[in-house]
Amino acid sequence: MGEPDKLGCFEQAVLPHLDSAYNLARWLIRNDHDAEDLVQEACLRALRSFEGFRGGDSRAWLLAIVRNSCYTWLQQNRLHELTTVFDEEIHTAQEHSRSPEALLLESADARLVKDALEEIPLEFREAIVLRELEGMSYKEIADVAGVPVGTVMSRLARARERLQRQLTNSAKRES
Amino acid sequence: MRCPEDGKLIQGYVDGELDLLSTLQLEAHLRECATCVQAYKNHQMLRSVMRGEGFYFNAPKDLANRIRLSLRGADEADKVGHQMPAPVREVRGPMRWRISWTFATIAASLALIALITWRLGPVASRHSQDDLMTQEVLASHVRSLMADHLTDVSSSDQHTVKPWFNGKLDFSPPVQDLSKEGFPLVGGRLDYLGNRPVAALVYQRRKHFINLFVWPASTGPGQQMVMRQGYNLLHWTQSGMAYWAVSDLNSAELQEFARLVQGRSAALP
Repeated sequence: MGEPDKLGCFEQAVLPHLDSAYNLARWLIRNDHDAEDLVQEACLRALRSFEGFRGGDSRAWLLAIVRNSCYTWLQQNRLHELTTVFDEEIHTAQEHSRSPEALLLESADARLVKDALEEIPLEFREAIVLRELEGMSYKEIADVAGVPVGTVMSRLARARERLQRQLTNSAKRES
Repeated sequence: MRCPEDGKLIQGYVDGELDLLSTLQLEAHLRECATCVQAYKNHQMLRSVMRGEGFYFNAPKDLANRIRLSLRGADEADKVGHQMPAPVREVRGPMRWRISWTFATIAASLALIALITWRLGPVASRHSQDDLMTQEVLASHVRSLMADHLTDVSSSDQHTVKPWFNGKLDFSPPVQDLSKEGFPLVGGRLDYLGNRPVAALVYQRRKHFINLFVWPASTGPGQQMVMRQGYNLLHWTQSGMAYWAVSDLNSAELQEFARLVQGRSAALP
């Protein structure tokens, strides 16, 4: 007979992180229903691979599975969103982070920030969401995204630069 | 003055990822570099906006329950030895993008049926088409007697019946008076068969009515006689027209009627 407690253990480890899972999926997919379905699917996948989970950070473990589900879905449904970031990383590689005319952002309209965050490439958005909304460390983000810490740092830097540039532009437009 | 710091330290500082020594160094630097202070403030401002309302998407209330249910289902399925757990999923709105296993099974069955139909189709469809038309013709005949709607134009005069179809059909049906041969014309009617309007000519033999359906058809089989539900149906193609004669009349007399129609139609200019 199987372990009667497996499901109970799993629920204890995973369900507390449901908000984190949904938040990540929702930001990556940008659609309520599909995000819900993907979180549900990811939980089923997680249950199947729960035996491989050695304890430790169950949030990062779950989010990595959610992330993979989302990327698979995007690959099948919105392939173009996956291809943008590589260009982005290459093109901005030389232009070093800070533009000399960077403005001081006195304040920013929350709606503008939200729009800007939805616009930036997927990998950048993911890094920001995990960092700013989940409060994850570089190491945890690296675990979720399956990339080295250095990549996380450069993605975060580019993401923030992109956000600031977009906000600066909209601030200029308004004045 | 351009700052030599490329932003990485600031970022690490903002994210709390610097070690103590780097932290102290950067703090010292911030006291004299306005550009870095500005960058630092921008980071902080963005962060405070993102930690405000509207950025964090909490899971919908029912999601946890849905997931619990589907986990139970999957767990049960695993215990019984199935490899694929069946997720409990509400169907909301339009079809979801994922294909469930039930649908996959149905789809596979349909594909198989389609394949069989495709292989056997040419053989079967010819038969079923004829059969279908036989049924349609018979149904039309029965309906015409049942609904007391045998004729739209009642006349034994072919010169009244034939012009009546003008403007009602895209062809002119051959209408003959066969009263001398014992098949008086009763009238004509518009009908609808095989997805097109057709002419129905009504003849009589004693108390038996004969419906003669006529419409243009380029090709067709030779004369065929079928019996269905006590009715005789006679079908032939002649001079680019398809003919169906239906009646409860005996087959010999119906064939005689057909011969008369055929002879007369052929004699028409």
